[in-house]
Amino acid sequence: MKHIQTINKANLKESAQKGGCGKCQASCQSACKTSCTVANQKCER
Amino acid sequence: MIHKYKLNGFNIVLDVNSGGVHIVDELTYDLLDNVEPPFEDKCPAKVMEKLSKAYAPEDIESCYQEIVELYNDKILFSEDDYEKFAKASVASPIKAMCLNIAHDCQLRCKYCFASTGDFGKGRKLMSFETGKHAIDFLLENSGDRPNLELDFFGGEPLMNFRVVKQVVEYARSREKEYNKKFRFTITTNGLLLDDEKIDFINREMSNVVLSIDGRKEVNDYFRVLPNGAGCYDTILPKYKQLVAGRGDKEYYVRGTFTKKNLDFSNDVFALYDAGFDQISIEPVVGDSDEYALTEKELPAVFKEYEVLAKRILDNEKTGKKFNFFHFMLDLDQGPCAIKRLRGCGCGNDYVAITPDGDIFPCHQFVGIDEYKMGNIDDGTFNYEMKADFSKAHVYSKPECRKCWAKFYCSGGCNANNYQYMGDIRNAHKLSCQLEKKRLECAIMMKAVRIFGEQEQ
Repeated sequence: MKHIQTINKANLKESAQKGGCGKCQASCQSACKTSCTVANQKCER
Repeated sequence: MIHKYKLNGFNIVLDVNSGGVHIVDELTYDLLDNVEPPFEDKCPAKVMEKLSKAYAPEDIESCYQEIVELYNDKILFSEDDYEKFAKASVASPIKAMCLNIAHDCQLRCKYCFASTGDFGKGRKLMSFETGKHAIDFLLENSGDRPNLELDFFGGEPLMNFRVVKQVVEYARSREKEYNKKFRFTITTNGLLLDDEKIDFINREMSNVVLSIDGRKEVNDYFRVLPNGAGCYDTILPKYKQLVAGRGDKEYYVRGTFTKKNLDFSNDVFALYDAGFDQISIEPVVGDSDEYALTEKELPAVFKEYEVLAKRILDNEKTGKKFNFFHFMLDLDQGPCAIKRLRGCGCGNDYVAITPDGDIFPCHQFVGIDEYKMGNIDDGTFNYEMKADFSKAHVYSKPECRKCWAKFYCSGGCNANNYQYMGDIRNAHKLSCQLEKKRLECAIMMKAVRIFGEQEQ
């Protein structure tokens, strides 16, 4: 494309179909105990 | 829904519902202000007329076609069809626990949200008996979740190190029987670290959070002993020793910034220069006039996040690297959309236990009687409250529903929402603004890593 460059897989929808297994870390258990950031957690499926 | 912004020479467009991130030229950036689904075969004449003052008609048309193509590929203006997953949600098994093993602390940090360790409820240490009950509760309530997380928190957990060791040993002894794997973490102020504790932590804890605020003068202003002395010189060598023996296990040095150090990128880099490569510096929680961040400080904080992002990128150019926790973002393999609907899971798949055995939705709710969920020793638990927390997702929070960042912060901190806005479902605006700024910086950093610096 000339005008637009997509830089990732944009796979959020796909992740919903096979998601929700709950194996991953609870976000507040890592380095943040006061401010929520979830998108930096790893999928552990 | 899309979110577009300019930062560090990039025009960035986030397609909220697919997670697609697009770097676009000026024409696309302007065109996106004028078009939205449903799309036509050709760029509408009105739009063409409006933009042709600045751009060539053939460029406008080809740009329009690219937008339509991405729309058809469902990575631009994609539909929000996740609400059904949120509504279908049932209360989850409990898989994570914050064990407030000590409601006591040797430090008197000026910004402490836990009233210098006792959460306003008196200084106490948890007994092994209560710790054991907490492990049993987690094992019994974790359903099919294979990984169980237990964070030793406080106050200062090392003030009750004997019970920490006993609880770890007890939990390990029951892993096989329940077919579970415990992942222990601990958050410490470092004062009591010695060879034995460092060895134990490095052997048993999958993550350790080491509290330190960055520059010595900042740390020693806030993180003080009862006699007013700072703790920096005591803790720094211990942290270095611990990290040197950490191997490939996780750790973070973690600090707090307040309105007294709005130049907090210097604190991040002070920690980096001291030899650490996993760093988290977070905005203070609280409402002290002297320290708390308000709307007034936001422009300075935003600017500082940009400064920090650029300094990290400049550092990477020299071949060096470190992680700043709040800029970490995996655009391809991050958490699934289901996880992103509810975030931290507090009160639902995550709870906190006090030394008295009282159960709260998380460590930030400890001491708020209205949110006491039960008691681990007497076997009570409010499943109704758990169900309510399971329904606190991004679609039941009015501000989150319409927010572009909802799949990145996942509804924010329920405790902050309650403490500042009076309801777990009312987004705390200040936290939201900070989170959005961090996300914008983190996405921009991805673009720089792919395309290099842009001329501005």
